[in-house]
Amino acid sequence: MTLLGPVRGTRRIHAINPVAKLTASLLLSVLLLVTIDWVSAAVALVLESILFLWAGLAPRAFFRRTAALWIAAPLAGVTTILYGVPAGQTYLQFGLIHVSDGSIALAVATVLRILAIGLPAVVLFATVDPTDLADGLAQVWHLPSRFVLGALAGIRLVGLFLDDWRQLELARRARGLGDSGRIRRFLNQAFALLVISLRRGSKLATAMEARGFGGDTVRTWARPSPFGGREWLLIAIGAVIGATALTAAVLAGTFRFVIG
Amino acid sequence: MPQTDDASRAHPAPPPAGRVPEGVAAPGARLSAEGWGWRHASRTAWAVRGLDLVIEPGERVLLLGASGAGKSTLAHAFAGVLGGADEGEQEGVLTVDGAEPERIRGRVGMLMQDPDSQLVLARVGDDVAFGCENLGVPRAEIWPRVDEALAAVGLDLPLDRSTSELSGGQKQRVALAGVLAMRPGVVLLDEPTANLDPAGVLDVRDAVAELVRSSRATFVVIEHRVDIWLDVVDRVVVLAPGGGVLADGDPHEVLRERGAELARGGVWVPGHDPLEGRSPRPAHPAGARGVPADVLLTGRELAVARVPGVPVASGLDVDVEAGAALALTGPNGAGKTTLALTLAGLILPEGGELAGSVELTRGTAVRRAARRMLARSPLLTSASPFVWRSRDLLTRIGTVFQDPEHQFVSGTVRGELEVGLRVLKLPEAEIAARVMETAGRLRLDHLLTANPYTLSGGEKRRLSVASALVARPSILILDEPTFGQDSRTWAELVLLLAEQVERGTSAVVVTHDRAFIDALADRELVVGAGGVR
Amino acid sequence: MPRGVIRKRTNTTRRPVPLPPTERARKVHSQFKTRRTLRWRVVDIVVASVIGVAAGLIFWIWNLFYAPVTAPLEVVAPGAQALLYGVWLFAGVLGGLIIRKPGAALYTELVAAIVSALVGTQWGGALTILSGLAQGLGAEIVFALFLYGNYRAYVAVLAGAGAGLGMAVNDLITWYPAMDFSFKAIYGVSAVISGALIAGLLSWLLARALARTGALSRFAAGREVAARA
Repeated sequence: MTLLGPVRGTRRIHAINPVAKLTASLLLSVLLLVTIDWVSAAVALVLESILFLWAGLAPRAFFRRTAALWIAAPLAGVTTILYGVPAGQTYLQFGLIHVSDGSIALAVATVLRILAIGLPAVVLFATVDPTDLADGLAQVWHLPSRFVLGALAGIRLVGLFLDDWRQLELARRARGLGDSGRIRRFLNQAFALLVISLRRGSKLATAMEARGFGGDTVRTWARPSPFGGREWLLIAIGAVIGATALTAAVLAGTFRFVIG
Repeated sequence: MPQTDDASRAHPAPPPAGRVPEGVAAPGARLSAEGWGWRHASRTAWAVRGLDLVIEPGERVLLLGASGAGKSTLAHAFAGVLGGADEGEQEGVLTVDGAEPERIRGRVGMLMQDPDSQLVLARVGDDVAFGCENLGVPRAEIWPRVDEALAAVGLDLPLDRSTSELSGGQKQRVALAGVLAMRPGVVLLDEPTANLDPAGVLDVRDAVAELVRSSRATFVVIEHRVDIWLDVVDRVVVLAPGGGVLADGDPHEVLRERGAELARGGVWVPGHDPLEGRSPRPAHPAGARGVPADVLLTGRELAVARVPGVPVASGLDVDVEAGAALALTGPNGAGKTTLALTLAGLILPEGGELAGSVELTRGTAVRRAARRMLARSPLLTSASPFVWRSRDLLTRIGTVFQDPEHQFVSGTVRGELEVGLRVLKLPEAEIAARVMETAGRLRLDHLLTANPYTLSGGEKRRLSVASALVARPSILILDEPTFGQDSRTWAELVLLLAEQVERGTSAVVVTHDRAFIDALADRELVVGAGGVR
Repeated sequence: MPRGVIRKRTNTTRRPVPLPPTERARKVHSQFKTRRTLRWRVVDIVVASVIGVAAGLIFWIWNLFYAPVTAPLEVVAPGAQALLYGVWLFAGVLGGLIIRKPGAALYTELVAAIVSALVGTQWGGALTILSGLAQGLGAEIVFALFLYGNYRAYVAVLAGAGAGLGMAVNDLITWYPAMDFSFKAIYGVSAVISGALIAGLLSWLLARALARTGALSRFAAGREVAARA
């Protein structure tokens, strides 16, 4: 469960309501998505980097969790260099490939933007416990508890998936199917896993109903989901970073609205 | 695990384990069925029909019946979780305290069979509190109830312990605590110990017995192992297949009158030998044969690990002999299953040597993925089953997994039996002949076109054994083959395996089942205690 | 008390659902007298979540491998990499086909996105969830157009195409705003085709295969197949 397991700790960030982390992350993303330019992305990235010191993640954990992002961002950059909207001087043209001043500038902006949006999201999600998130979604955002808890119960079944997957793999080798057809074997295993987990899900639903879940009684919550000053502060930080980045881009004249 | 600083966790210390606090003992409820019947929407036959039954408040009832007699359907109906008109058709009247069960969910607290689908939430405390929350119990009252309920089932666990880290017996007790915290008028257990090892069975039984002794709640348990509950109940009800009540009354009286019939139907009745006096291993024990057996597989100073680098057992010396049955026993977590899967060539040994005999190794080849490993590791040789190709294992080491569903790879029973034979590239005529022979021997011949997942528990077990046997392996490795099986399937398995061993096959069986060991095994290796008995 | 004491209290809130038009389907319905309701049962919610979680894990594995797999397509025609992106869309169509309730496609795809975000994707939480929203909505709209009463193969294909369209719109705005028109056109068409085939047709086949295992016995989707078999 190390993949899904939240990073636990006693730092302040760990105790902040996950709903606030989600809100801050969404808000920042939406603001940064408005434009594609290197100034806004760079400003946001610099401000975020300072805050990462308080993110509750050790450097090793930070890079392990964000590793995929450091690979994906340059890849997207390369794609943009090759196929981005051409402008200014052209350096290389071959079929649809068109490398120009314009596509290079866009590539830089793309790389920075993916990091600026992705890093804080990964970092904030890293310290979120699914149970606490569900508590928050139902109690703070007042999403329907049947759905929030149903989803939470489904997520808990993931813990069992990993063991099942290993057993399925060993069983396929034991049954003579381990020598060839890796993709076919993967699909066969995935199907078996789905069957097993759907059955388990059906039984779990019955167990939940037997414990009074899904009835007409108004549910109480054994644990409160506090939402106060520090939650609003985190959301404000997200908004300020986004707004600062956009303002900087407008002032620098690099602001480039995405839709249109 | 660090404690959270959540204020609500500040609760009074739990009462000492084993004592049921006053609050848990809610007044008992009355269960009643009048001409009741239920047909599942996807079936044409009725699961239960024409049932008349009343269980008075505070009664302790053991509900028996052959498989397919509709016991679970009845339990689901009393708990109000049959799914209503969406999922089937009902006739007659069924009530709890005179009300529709669906309207008063929580009045009947039900515990079911599979521990993994009983627990709803990720932390022990949250899971026990879940039912209370659904019933609208005020927050201030929930945590004391959680502590009481955990104490009542004899569990002393931190509230933020992860539920997935618990053993099967602990999981069932946490689920039971979740039921008790709701303060139900009926505690209804549907085969609560079927998926547990003997220690887990006793844990759950003892927790329930203590509870029943001190509570006023009505108690109903469905189980095909009578001996577990005989001392706890004061009434036995036997359901007839197809509907109605076959017998009803004092436990000992009912068992005296109906014991033989129940035993034939697969119920474990004390005093009734499932083998009916048949001796599965005439030449047993092995020493009596006097002929030194061929050793097919030898392990020396073996260390086994599920996660590389974390050995669960080490220093194991194992000889797997032709024509003999070896039982692997030992406490939970000792590494029995890991050892079995290592012997099966599925897991890389963590240390020591494991090698097949010259006979067994003949004709194998090193699979591509293992070539580099072989070059690097001084302990691996081309005689180590782990480096063999998957298809080499089929005729040499067959493995039957604990959960049959893990090894199903095909959409039909016939496909399950054929798949390995096709990998071996046998001629079609040979494949057809072997499939029919094996299917006939394991009473699967009428099910050849059925989907494996739709089979009953006993049929799934038989199919998983059949699909390994059909390739005629020299060694057959089985992981808890008798777990949760009724007495009829149990006896069939014993006789079948004995026959295979007498023919020269080697059987290695991970098991907790003492009767199974006594009936079948030549030797026993106690993992975690060292040495062969 | 009259027969049928166990009965849902939601009778009054229940709305009739148009039956599938074919004779065979009507027979199946009348034979088993299953009254359909658009209200989500607990089992609907939990199983939709399980499908979502399972799909989320498959997405996560696909996320690790898709780049090298789709790169050759991109070389052939930039934008054509989307021909395989339908893998990200199957959750919603499958959820819609099995659960058959309003919102099922959207919910399932969204849960899958959230799970893959929790496990960790290179795109960060918010962006992943946004994609899930757009993709799920695409499939959901198609099921809604058929009034949640038709779950035949062609509807599944259309729902997959709808999801593909949702994905294309979202991706082109979020990821490729700076691309020229030919890229956007190729990407959009590829995404729709991929959605129709991979997410639509394959999900329909998958739902049928699942039904045959009996794993869907608590769902109309499962009972229909069982009744025909």
